[in-house]
Amino acid sequence: MKLMDKNLGLVEVQKLEGHTDRVWNVAWNPAADGVLASCSADKTVRIWEQSSLTRSWTCKAVLEGTHTRTVKSLAWSPSGKLLATASFDGTTCVWENFATDSESVSVLQVHESEVKSVSWNASGSLLATCGRDKSVWIWEVLPENEFECAAVLTGHSEDVKMVLWHPTMDVLFSCSYDNTIKIWWSEDEYGDYNCVQTLGELNNGHSSTVWSISFNAAGDKMVTCSDDLTVKIWKTDISMMQTGEGYVPW
Amino acid sequence: MTLGLINANPVVQAKKEGLVRREDQYRDDGVDPLEMTKYVRDIRDPEHPYTLEQLRVVSEESVTVDDKLDRILITFTPTIQHCSMANIIGLCLRAKLKECLQLHYKVDIRVSPGSHADEVSVNKQLNDKERVVAALENPNLRQLVDECIYSDEI
Repeated sequence: MKLMDKNLGLVEVQKLEGHTDRVWNVAWNPAADGVLASCSADKTVRIWEQSSLTRSWTCKAVLEGTHTRTVKSLAWSPSGKLLATASFDGTTCVWENFATDSESVSVLQVHESEVKSVSWNASGSLLATCGRDKSVWIWEVLPENEFECAAVLTGHSEDVKMVLWHPTMDVLFSCSYDNTIKIWWSEDEYGDYNCVQTLGELNNGHSSTVWSISFNAAGDKMVTCSDDLTVKIWKTDISMMQTGEGYVPW
Repeated sequence: MTLGLINANPVVQAKKEGLVRREDQYRDDGVDPLEMTKYVRDIRDPEHPYTLEQLRVVSEESVTVDDKLDRILITFTPTIQHCSMANIIGLCLRAKLKECLQLHYKVDIRVSPGSHADEVSVNKQLNDKERVVAALENPNLRQLVDECIYSDEI
């Protein structure tokens, strides 16, 4: 069946109201069906659940009182048990057991200005954050919602808009107001991350701010979008990288 | 003489009264550029006790509307090439328009071509939605912007 024969029209299922200012991001819980989170300029995060009976969505929890400025983005851990949030107040919070008696929040306060993005690696053992201070931080996830700084990556010359771990390998991608995409890789088990590739204007990269990155499930294709009005699709030989031969450029 | 101002001797012009609206040209529910100009022309310059119109930073030609795409372009002319207030003026324009405009319009703000030494970087920052929002959340910047856009109410 040709793709054009299918009716790919999307139909709105429900409109979820509750936030009182711009909603910046949303994310599905990867482990629980019918659960999603949203974050907003109103400084809160809302957790929405779908009723298995009525199929309608309601707000199950409002995470407030912790961030003091816009919450820009959020990411669920692969287990679906932790939720990380990035805020213009300079902190990254990791929430566990929210809206229960055993709710705990870890506050990571290291960035010198607004935090723009947060990402978990595939196994949930690492967390990455980035912000306007041009740095990217990598954290090791320890038991009891504890975090230890594993690396501070400098290299971008401007505001870092997003970080994203590769879907299958512990390779970190970041994109920035400096128009580049940087790829960070640790050769050894000691966690020394280095920038192994920069995709910039000179090697088919973007000519203005790069806002977002996304991977296909296999991890051999990447798509990026930019203020330069283009969407670019990239590829690599992922099978070669997975055999441990070393880094293969995009 | 005032010390420390970027441009101590701006050229000031008299405020224009009675701008004539061209009724035929814009659809009823659309945005009238002259209406937009009225909102922004009385914004006070961050450095001088004059409005943006008096300093010729904005004029009737500043606003262009694309009714089909719901897009608005505002160009402004800083008083001098190395004006460090260009970003603040741009923020003032954004903050003022946010109050007046319906949400679905996309607004681009640029310095008029050739009018500023850092034209590319000023334009980039003023059109980065995330950076603009973060800047307006900064209490010091917000206060300065509020003083400029609400000056006629003081």
